[in-house]
Amino acid sequence: MWLGNLPRSSSRRGTYLFLLVFLLGTVLPLGVASSPDSHGTDAPQDTKHEASNGHGHHGNESHTAVKKAFPVLNFEYESVRLPFEIALWILLASLMKLGFHLIPRLSSFVPESCLLIVVGLLVGGLIKIVGEKSPVLHSQIFFLYLLPPIILDAGYFLPIRPFSENIGTILVFAVIGTLWNSFFIGGLLYGVCQIGGKDLEKIGLLPNLLFGAIISAVDPVAVLAVFEEIHINELLHILVFGESLLNDAVTVVLYHLFEEYAGVGSVTFLDVPLGFICFFVVALGGVFVGLAYGLLAAFTSRFTTHTRVIEPLFAFLYSYMAYLSAEVFHLSGIMALIACGVVMRPYIEANISHKSHTTIKYFLKMWSSVSETLIFIFLGVSTVAGPHSWNWTFVICTLVFCLVARVLGVVGLTYIINKFRIVKLTTKDQFIIAYGGLRGAIAFSLGYLLPPDHFPMRDMFLTAIITVIFFTVFVQGMTIQPLVDLLAVKKKQETKRSINEEIHSQFLDHLLTGIEDVCGHYGHHHWKDKLNRFNKKYIKKCLIAGDRSKEPQLIAFYHKMEMKQAIELVETGGIAKIPSAVSTVSMQNIQPKQKVTERALPQLSKGKEEEIRKILRTNLQKTRQRLRSYNRHTLVADPYEDAWNQMLIRRQKVKQMEKRMNNYLTVPANHPDSPTMSRARLSSDPNAYIPKPKAGIPAITVDPASPQSPESLNLVDELSKRTEEEEEEGIVMKMHTPSTDEVFTSNNAEKEQRLMRCLSDPGPHPEGEEEEPFLP
Amino acid sequence: MGSRASTLLRDEEIEEIKKETGFSHSQITRLYSRFTSLDKGENGTLSREDFQRIPELAINPLGDRIINAFFSDGEDQVNFRAFMRTLAHFRPIEDNEKGKDPSSSEPLNSRNNKLLFAFRLYDLDKDDKISREELLQVLRMMVGVNISDEQLGSIADRTIQEADQDGDSAISFPEFVKVLEKVDVEQKMSIRFLH
Repeated sequence: MWLGNLPRSSSRRGTYLFLLVFLLGTVLPLGVASSPDSHGTDAPQDTKHEASNGHGHHGNESHTAVKKAFPVLNFEYESVRLPFEIALWILLASLMKLGFHLIPRLSSFVPESCLLIVVGLLVGGLIKIVGEKSPVLHSQIFFLYLLPPIILDAGYFLPIRPFSENIGTILVFAVIGTLWNSFFIGGLLYGVCQIGGKDLEKIGLLPNLLFGAIISAVDPVAVLAVFEEIHINELLHILVFGESLLNDAVTVVLYHLFEEYAGVGSVTFLDVPLGFICFFVVALGGVFVGLAYGLLAAFTSRFTTHTRVIEPLFAFLYSYMAYLSAEVFHLSGIMALIACGVVMRPYIEANISHKSHTTIKYFLKMWSSVSETLIFIFLGVSTVAGPHSWNWTFVICTLVFCLVARVLGVVGLTYIINKFRIVKLTTKDQFIIAYGGLRGAIAFSLGYLLPPDHFPMRDMFLTAIITVIFFTVFVQGMTIQPLVDLLAVKKKQETKRSINEEIHSQFLDHLLTGIEDVCGHYGHHHWKDKLNRFNKKYIKKCLIAGDRSKEPQLIAFYHKMEMKQAIELVETGGIAKIPSAVSTVSMQNIQPKQKVTERALPQLSKGKEEEIRKILRTNLQKTRQRLRSYNRHTLVADPYEDAWNQMLIRRQKVKQMEKRMNNYLTVPANHPDSPTMSRARLSSDPNAYIPKPKAGIPAITVDPASPQSPESLNLVDELSKRTEEEEEEGIVMKMHTPSTDEVFTSNNAEKEQRLMRCLSDPGPHPEGEEEEPFLP
Repeated sequence: MGSRASTLLRDEEIEEIKKETGFSHSQITRLYSRFTSLDKGENGTLSREDFQRIPELAINPLGDRIINAFFSDGEDQVNFRAFMRTLAHFRPIEDNEKGKDPSSSEPLNSRNNKLLFAFRLYDLDKDDKISREELLQVLRMMVGVNISDEQLGSIADRTIQEADQDGDSAISFPEFVKVLEKVDVEQKMSIRFLH
């Protein structure tokens, strides 16, 4: 029988693969057949033209004497061509993603980005064989449509605390590191060009410097794609990632500067200080634009209590507008986007409903995922398609200089930075930072943007850029994981923040601020404290609706924890014996990656209950991992979606029934239930709520696709009725710690209000994402 | 600043303070000038009023406790040595100190001592435990007046439950240390004094 299992699983895999190939087989030829000129800007006009022609033609036809038979089935492709192709490409990208995770071991040692580029190469090759003109990653499309979702996702979920603590280091790496890289690479390449063969001699200093500027920027997309999968510790992640985000300002300035003057041929001395000023304008201007839009978005979200459905739209639209506005003025769009996301997040999350928050989160992750996939696939396609001009010297030298420049830059800058840091960067850290300097699609797009008339060597540049990108993504991307393991670099800690940590951290913040004041030293804590106080006093009042503006952060955190515990209690049914097989929220979306260390649990008098709760808690903790913001590929299912309301109802019912049973010793009559209620109940149990100690107890069927607002309104009403009832009865069963009961059995109106508010709009991120003071 | 400050502080004193606290020469002189600027009575010691004159400290929720931390038991004047000794807890831990032999006494800014300092700020009655009442007081100071007592009580209860391992419904120092083991105390409790 040992043969029995093997073929079954492999045959299932085989079926999947076959299905995938089959789908691809149908999808690809369609894509191939329809791809030429799909993404050019003339395509819409073309289709419009042809569509109007078609209509005119039809019109003519109907007027002429010769009457054809009425066409029952028509084939008119041109009018839907563009959206069709776009959808097809996105579908292809998503199917690819799916496919990778079905193939068992591949995704563990090859990062997704590499696989996607390979797919792109294959598709590009296919297109070329068929003979069509393949779509190239037009820079317009890249910068306007593909890049913003990724950056917004990164900015919105940027972990503020480590970012602000390391902002100095990040800025030094981003600005000075990138400057060093560009000039080093550009200068050395110029030297090589002078020495190397005759076709290289024509390339002047400025084009070389421009090329250096393009190739030297660390790419956020590539870094995100690779670093997400290696789970490195927070500090290193934020350093490399922050650098990749903030170097956009430098890149923009250098690019425009050199591009302008490469046409002219020389740079006067006046331009250098102008360049400096330009840098500050670009960077600070971008941030300012983002700030303005972010505050606007926060302000708008204050008034959305009656139109909950379109709340996420505001977040997205304002951010996109920030990006576009910054691009209009040639300011740094990336920095605008990041600033907007960072600024609006705390206020929006205080204002919007729980569902909107989930929507925003999921949409951002989805779009950024799709974008990233498309970018890599297109990189592959463009590689096959693009005009290439291979020059051994140039390309090899570029590669070598990139690596050398990166290492030298990191080592040199770390030496200086360590003098100012409290926690110094070790050699291992430096190695990872240097190794993590991946180049990506931004470099390619910038190179693609170069006007060919000014830059006859554009093709060679593109080839070199692609080579460097391939090298960094493939070689560095694939080997970084084993290297991280080999060097035993500290990994990410997957733990939740306990209330102790929260309280003591705040305590220490106040303490440090006080000590800084005693010393007369205006340090990090001092300014953070000032900002927080300013935020609390003025800004929060404007931007957050209702009385949530006054809610201290500690209380909000505590509420989240209590909700969590409440859910746990509800899931245990609140009474003694629970079979440990009760599995909670649907596990489909959850891919727990690492075990979560168990927290110290409260010791309650009811020992057995505690034991059971412990079991459940370990199960729950595995599922409810704290969503580290920058991990895009595993989305933890939000257990609060709709499960919350149902659980709450059930809990109330449980308590009621218990009370009644204790008081009257009769089986209570059935309440007329709302459909949600009956769905939420254990199916075989209409009366008493004691879960039978059977092994085969049905799992609590939480239907993730439960209906939306109309139902929830009902739920609220029911619960309010119930709480009122309980109040009248006045008997409150204190089964557990007073804290959790207080959440449910409201003894005063204030708490009831809060409870009701909780039900209709429970706090935005009860799964433990920190709601921190503005600069925690 | 400059010469006037350094003449009031003898070199031997500087050496002693250096040995005891680990501060460098320049840091000591800088802090001495701060000390003298706070010392309005110019008698070489600081009183509670001198501290309370610092504006930001007045709005700090933990202001009073921090001030009290400088004063040792029963005294109401702080001389420069004691001032430096308290501030030494917040010196960043340097790498070269980690290699020191364990026989020498633990430097004031070791992780343990930093945590001990913080613990003592909670523990007002100095019984080496943070009781529920003490925790409540701190919570009340940090959270403000809008929150009800019951709610704070439940927070305090939960906090103690989480941390308490020996079941005495209070947080002892080892429990405190354990709870904060994931927090990067070396970084969080250090002030970067400029060189």
